[in-house]
Amino acid sequence: MILSPRLEDLKIIGFYLGKIILGLAFTMAIPIIFGLCFKELNPTLDFLISIEISVFLGLFLVKACHTDKDLSWMQGMIVVSLSWIVAMFLGAIPLYLSGHWKSFLDASFDAMSGFATTGLSLVQDLDHMSYTHNLWRHLIMFLGGQGIVVIALSFFVRGFSGAFKMYVGEARDEKILPNVVHTSRFIWMVSIVYLILGTFALGITGIFNGMKPLNSFFHGACIFMAAFDTGGFSPQSQNILYYHSMVYEVITVIIMVLGALNFKLHYHLWMGNRKEIFRNIETNTLFVTIIATFSIVAVGLAQTGSYPSVVNLFRKGFYQLISGHTGTGFQTIYAQQFIADWNHLALVGIILAMALGGAVCSTTGAIKMLRIGVIFKAFKEDLKRIIMPERAIVVEKFHHIKEVFLEDKMVRAALIITVAYIILYGLGALVGMFFGHPFLNALFESTSAAANVGLSCGITNAAMPAALKVTYIIQMWAGRLEFMSVFTILGFLIAAIKGK
Amino acid sequence: MKINIRLALIITLFNILACSQAVVFAQGLSSADLINNAKEYDSKPVTYIGEVVGDVMLRGEFAWVNIHDGNNALGVWMSAALAKEIKFTGSYKTRGDTLEIVGIFHRACLDHGGDLDIHAQALRKLGEGRVINQRLNLDKKNLSLILFGALFLIWILSLFRRK
Repeated sequence: MILSPRLEDLKIIGFYLGKIILGLAFTMAIPIIFGLCFKELNPTLDFLISIEISVFLGLFLVKACHTDKDLSWMQGMIVVSLSWIVAMFLGAIPLYLSGHWKSFLDASFDAMSGFATTGLSLVQDLDHMSYTHNLWRHLIMFLGGQGIVVIALSFFVRGFSGAFKMYVGEARDEKILPNVVHTSRFIWMVSIVYLILGTFALGITGIFNGMKPLNSFFHGACIFMAAFDTGGFSPQSQNILYYHSMVYEVITVIIMVLGALNFKLHYHLWMGNRKEIFRNIETNTLFVTIIATFSIVAVGLAQTGSYPSVVNLFRKGFYQLISGHTGTGFQTIYAQQFIADWNHLALVGIILAMALGGAVCSTTGAIKMLRIGVIFKAFKEDLKRIIMPERAIVVEKFHHIKEVFLEDKMVRAALIITVAYIILYGLGALVGMFFGHPFLNALFESTSAAANVGLSCGITNAAMPAALKVTYIIQMWAGRLEFMSVFTILGFLIAAIKGK
Repeated sequence: MKINIRLALIITLFNILACSQAVVFAQGLSSADLINNAKEYDSKPVTYIGEVVGDVMLRGEFAWVNIHDGNNALGVWMSAALAKEIKFTGSYKTRGDTLEIVGIFHRACLDHGGDLDIHAQALRKLGEGRVINQRLNLDKKNLSLILFGALFLIWILSLFRRK
């Protein structure tokens, strides 16, 4: 028998959702300060209106649903799931008010794309956008990359057991430190230290490239946030092609790879355990899959003869590949070039890289390296069982921070999420094909959305059908939260309708 | 022999004139034309019109200028002397100069890491950029004041409720 949710459930969900909304509202103060500094009055008003609506909604929920009770697993998952949807709507308000998006749906698309660190965009006339709005576009990637709930846990929630439930609901199943609030704060500390270093490196490079110092450091900060959080937005419409700089490309590749590594691995590297990077199953798998997928891309590009020299082929092929594999979505070619200049084999290489993703507990989306590594180990174990004598005891282990024995439940969990992602990629491709796009193009764009990548072959634009925009929004949301929270909210809705 | 040399000179002169005429008076191509049919226009002279956006990035005796035609921005590599003619570049507070670029289009430029770009040979300013005056949007101002009032009211009510 399915039990209908009680009023108490709704109150608890509403209360914690309100708190997270207040946390989100607080972050809107950053562009307001920025707008005042740059004397951009109308953009500042856009954020003032948005912060007021957010505070209004947050306060209403906190006051109306006030409770001292802690979250259950189900409630925690639903809070996370709803937080991302509410964040999308609230984050879209200043974007829509800027006049750079044709509709509120388009602004919501970009807000979800930003929070989910995807990078697909429907923005219009980006090259004339204010600093204030541009900062917000990149800031939401920085916030979403760390996790909206992580923000609340870091700054607004004092230790309670429900914190871990929300943390897990946001697709972070690994605690770096024993306390989840301390873990959240560590994630922020790592990100902010890298932010300072990355902005400095990109800012100086920009100045050497001929950019004005202020613009250069602004771009540096934005590009860092987009690269480390594997987002893929950029302040100019040409994306990374705008800079015409190999040094800029090299720095962004380094930042993208750093963003694709597990925060737990960052912790061990910071603690001086440098050997971990060579022993960890995730980094080893990442290395192998990069070589494998780049080989496919390189052969494909060599077949087309699109790039006259090997250096050019490597520079273009490798950059798009790393961008796709880490889930960033930076491009140094135009979207249409994927179709016009690249052949099917090269596109398949990029699709595979996008589908695989980076490390767990990082800012990337997609299936992720730990699961790929675990599935590979399981295959290896089964092969050994077939080859070796029946009496032999076959034990497979792998290194992930510590030595771990492979268990069936690990393989099962990895396979379930992998299958769920493959279904999500396929469903999005089906919808794309329904609207008349060829299979490979539809699969490319769908994988990019669901794996939170942001590379586009040209399907994503403001003129695409609303149903396709909604499909990609759902894919970005489900892909970012890794299904569990999404399944829970679906179950909750079914219980609300059918329950007794 | 002399007649042949004269004939060759006349033909060469005619070809040079014809080519230069073709470069100067070629119909402007859009960024979409160039990107979608890049192989067709590769290494050929093209005319491209658009607004200068972002920074003029000087690189020694040359400069990168990004020019937006309403659909996409293309990178144009030009001499620093040509770039000096640019007064305004497009941003939130300015409308950039509108330029007509005559140059050689590259689908995957050998000199610039395989970038799709144009190497400018000539530049003509079709329109002067300008500073955009930002006026305060009164509707937004009023809405923010109304919302602020509503928030203040909630705060007052919550004080009463607490008492």
